[in-house]
Amino acid sequence: MINSESHKLVEAVKRQLNDVMDPELPFLTIGEMGMLRDVYFSNGHSVIVLTPTYSGCPATDIISEDSLKAARIVDPNAEIKISMSPAWTTDWISDETRKKMEANGIAPPIGQSHDRSFLTGDGKTVPCPLCKSSKTKMISAFGSTACKASYTCIDCMEPFEHFKCI
Amino acid sequence: MSELQLKELLLRLGDDCLVLAQRLGEWCGHAPILEEDIALTNISLDLLGRAQNFLKMAGKLHDQVKSDDDLAFHRDPEGYRNLLLLEQPNGHFGDTICRQFLFDQYSLIVTKHLASQTINEEISAIASKAIKEIRYHADHSSKWMLRLGGGTAESHEKIQNSLNNLWAFSDEMFEVDEVHSAAIDGGILPDLQIVKSQWLEGVMSIITEAGLEIPTGVDMKFGGRKGEHTPHLKEMLEVMQILPRTYPGTTW
Repeated sequence: MINSESHKLVEAVKRQLNDVMDPELPFLTIGEMGMLRDVYFSNGHSVIVLTPTYSGCPATDIISEDSLKAARIVDPNAEIKISMSPAWTTDWISDETRKKMEANGIAPPIGQSHDRSFLTGDGKTVPCPLCKSSKTKMISAFGSTACKASYTCIDCMEPFEHFKCI
Repeated sequence: MSELQLKELLLRLGDDCLVLAQRLGEWCGHAPILEEDIALTNISLDLLGRAQNFLKMAGKLHDQVKSDDDLAFHRDPEGYRNLLLLEQPNGHFGDTICRQFLFDQYSLIVTKHLASQTINEEISAIASKAIKEIRYHADHSSKWMLRLGGGTAESHEKIQNSLNNLWAFSDEMFEVDEVHSAAIDGGILPDLQIVKSQWLEGVMSIITEAGLEIPTGVDMKFGGRKGEHTPHLKEMLEVMQILPRTYPGTTW
């Protein structure tokens, strides 16, 4: 296959993957989440490189299946490759995506992952995604999914989730 | 190190995570408060993911190829290579926290090395992901040690007893046999004597702040790395393995 055709195939697969959503955050695509690392052409077919957010994230299997299903519409021989390195980080989530999270009631990761104070909630302010108050407190560093911590707002009293910065 | 030794090392790393994941999973629906039910099972899930990664690697080496599920569900206790500490029953919440605390502090140090070493890239990739998760686990177990140690007279007494009972399993983490020796010489594992002193320093700082004491004159127990386990592992595996062993090859 000549280069322009392989390029077209990769682009077609990428377009298909634009519709694959994170099953735990169904308003965000796997691209926006930074889980889709690469799509390239190898041995006559496309290879989709995905990375898991957490070691045991059960969504990884579903995301692989959904991606394959979407890609095989344009490339029946598309393959999935799971890559562990470099390890996924919330630094790959863009500001625009963070705004989308907030609009959907989830406090987005704040700052960069190398700032360790963001790890455990010590000394950081996570504004309430509902009333925007900065008077909030962490209830638990763990939440409904591996990637979220549980918070509550002292002003509006609503519980909410914060996407952990890792 | 030889391929067989690497496989053995991967089984140890994987089994530590798998056995502790299963123990923590036993808390599902039983923890004292909802937040802890969620925390313990979240930690369990992280450990299970790490176990899968290590066991998948181990299954590809030496002998016939085995999947991570084969290794998890079709080995008897004698085939398991986990630390005795991790198979100990959940006991009360303080026992579970103390077991977790002793392991998290060890896991932090060893996994940092596994992530930074350049001898085996696949192990480094698994560890680089895991270290981000272990920091959360260690923070969680340390804060509970402080809370329980510095809490009421009852919580203090209970967590001190947990520490007294589990301390006998602590030296096994730093045991050096042929496999570990080869892994240390090969640069994959850190020097376990140095790990021990760093671990003791970390553990002592929390224990002291919590007003707790390390028991003395404890008869240390070993054997997990050779497959010589306490009877608790057999009981745990019977529950964990019953479905795939009763209906071999069954799928969802």
